[in-house]
Amino acid sequence: MRRSHKTTVAVLASLALVGSVAGCSGGDDGGDDATTAASEATMSAECAAYQDYAGHSGTTVDVYGSILSPESDSMETAWKEFEECTGIDIVYTGDNSFESQLPIRAQGGTPPDIAVIPQPGLIQRMATLATGTKAVPAPDEVKANIEANYSSSWVDYATVDGEFYGGPNSANMKTMVWYSPTAFAAAGYAIPTTWEEMMTLSDTIAATGKKPWCGGIGSGTATGWPATDWVEELVLSAKGGDVYDKWVAGDIKFNSPEINDVMNILDGWMRNPNYVNGGFGDVATIATTTFQDAGLPILSGECFMLQQAGFYGAQWPEGTKVDPDGGDVAAFYLPPYDASTGKPVIGGGEFFVAFNDRPEVQAVQIYFSTPEWPEARIPVATGWVSANKAVDQSLYTDPIDKLSAQYLTDPEALFRFDGSDLMPAAVGSGAEWTALTNWFNGTSTEETLAAIDAAWPTD
Amino acid sequence: MTEVLLDSLPKFATMLQMLVGFFAIIGILIFAVGLIRGRAQRPLAIIVLLGPSLLLVTVGLVFPAIRTIILSFKNSSSTDWVGFDNYGFIFTNPGQQRVLLNTLCWIIIAPIISTALGLVLSVIADQMKGKAEAIAKSLIFLPMAISFVGASVIWNLVYAYRDPQYEQTGLFSQMVMWFGVDNPPNWILMEPWNNFFLMMIMIWVETGFALVVLSASIKAIPKDVMEAATLDGASGPRQFVFVTVPMIRGTLIVVYTTILIAVLKVFDIVQTMTGGNFNTSVVANEMYNQTFVQFNVGRGSALAVVLFVAVIPLIYYNIRQLRRERSER
Repeated sequence: MRRSHKTTVAVLASLALVGSVAGCSGGDDGGDDATTAASEATMSAECAAYQDYAGHSGTTVDVYGSILSPESDSMETAWKEFEECTGIDIVYTGDNSFESQLPIRAQGGTPPDIAVIPQPGLIQRMATLATGTKAVPAPDEVKANIEANYSSSWVDYATVDGEFYGGPNSANMKTMVWYSPTAFAAAGYAIPTTWEEMMTLSDTIAATGKKPWCGGIGSGTATGWPATDWVEELVLSAKGGDVYDKWVAGDIKFNSPEINDVMNILDGWMRNPNYVNGGFGDVATIATTTFQDAGLPILSGECFMLQQAGFYGAQWPEGTKVDPDGGDVAAFYLPPYDASTGKPVIGGGEFFVAFNDRPEVQAVQIYFSTPEWPEARIPVATGWVSANKAVDQSLYTDPIDKLSAQYLTDPEALFRFDGSDLMPAAVGSGAEWTALTNWFNGTSTEETLAAIDAAWPTD
Repeated sequence: MTEVLLDSLPKFATMLQMLVGFFAIIGILIFAVGLIRGRAQRPLAIIVLLGPSLLLVTVGLVFPAIRTIILSFKNSSSTDWVGFDNYGFIFTNPGQQRVLLNTLCWIIIAPIISTALGLVLSVIADQMKGKAEAIAKSLIFLPMAISFVGASVIWNLVYAYRDPQYEQTGLFSQMVMWFGVDNPPNWILMEPWNNFFLMMIMIWVETGFALVVLSASIKAIPKDVMEAATLDGASGPRQFVFVTVPMIRGTLIVVYTTILIAVLKVFDIVQTMTGGNFNTSVVANEMYNQTFVQFNVGRGSALAVVLFVAVIPLIYYNIRQLRRERSER
């Protein structure tokens, strides 16, 4: 008995040693044999599309971002063909503290080759780092590709001091309202197409004794962010792109006639006791309800509408049918407050920013800036939308993706990036969140706006 | 499943190799030093035995602490010196003053209640017969096994508010309604009581810790002391006040200071429950917010230093108490 035990240990130990030797010998999974041999010269027929990226076989590009599994798995599936044909190994690392880790890595001189940055403000910080390794401007081909196929604001958001740093990955649209097609049909409500129609509909629903709107802004440390979206939607759709840009840049104060106006509109909408908060209670429950829970009363018929971004689709319980034709939920475009502002669209997205100009890194960057990248990614899984106008729209299968893509690529749309992501962090990720949370808990508009202005950095 | 295990086998093997290597090197070093005789023996032994931990403490603790102190005198992006501006902000900004006040309330209330509850429960448990004691103690100790975040998620459901016209999801509201209150408040918005509702979570978790440690030390009180007290005519409460408590005084202080330090660091509960909103923020939560959400490294570091300075006397007292305990035995 004792003997056999000893043998087992010995076998295990030797197995472990062999295993570790194999583990140390490098982690390639047999990707570079048949395919890469061809990459130097002309590629085989199925790889012909990747001919432009040939000549980097056997290299590795590491990509770092905040996108986590399972979304990152879809991304890795989407670029698999690119990897197999070009022989470039793209190694992706997802990190949920990406935004605090990236500056630490860059300052320490060990940034990733490419970072997938979800905030223009972070691109600027990475491009102007005082110490460590800075971001490098994108190659001209990337800029040309983005300028050709994206609305100009996408180019502006990735430009720091006149230098362009990288093209977008996915995009999301926030200007939408979730509702229940079944409940609307049963009550005979039509989808509103103007602000007035939406308010009339809200009054009609309120008259039946139910609350038309629900909302929730709870989100841990980030509590308050959905409220900043509501303000942004109204600043853009009531005051236009010019005021929006100046407001985001700090040239128009929060406590200005324009923003006061906007807050009064919001006061009559999401802080209107007749309108909110369906399924939860009074106005103040908006502050204590998590954004994840906010839309669930739509399913039980206690609430009719929720203003929330396209990515809210992930919050519906499993089995919820998303379909404008008789589904449990769907979304419509939030009508602009002032129709003369055009088609305002607020959204967000991530940008591929490189910290290195090795040729294989640039090849990957160029690939990501072409319509081929979104077209490879879209069929893999739903919930991913590109703002690239050249992308084949018929690839989208999900109704929310379709709606998002339709507005994000509309040449007439007035696209603006989520404003709180563009403001200094002390405001956009600090005072604005806290002050608006307090606003829903009863603080006056005047006090709220003054508190946000006071936090704007002076240097 | 087996595939995952097989895939990670090399990792475990590497880990094993590193461990074996580590112990081999340490073993050889100690053996080598053991061979040396004469005057060099003692200093060499000190270097070999103390060196590695000293190095690790320097790299992992001393150096970051010094850096944090330096950063606390710089601006948000650590590019310019700003003197005591960050500290000025912490002590003069009304929002920050509120944070300090909340932290003070936490420090005063939470450890005392946890320790007191733990003490009372351990005395009660001590009187129980047979299995009942073990079961009661295990049940009270159970929350200790849950992380603060997990506990907060549970309590979030306890405090959840719904208008009375809807079906209630919050345990607290429903219980209050059973007792005849028609319209329970939104607990988390009830200032300043919401701070106390958050402390409840800490107390719920830490009482179990206090119970187990204090119960053990009560059991260690010699039987003859208690018998002597009984013979002298001391009744239950008098015995508790004049015999039990003085006998376990040292343990009581250690338990109290340990919970106190945990309270000073409280962050998970506040972040999960309110994110620091509704006037419930505390120093540790504000430090995280300033550094990692608003990217104001200067203010975040200054808050860390404030916290650090506040903990020093506690740690000193705790260590002194532990030493005295040891020397008494």
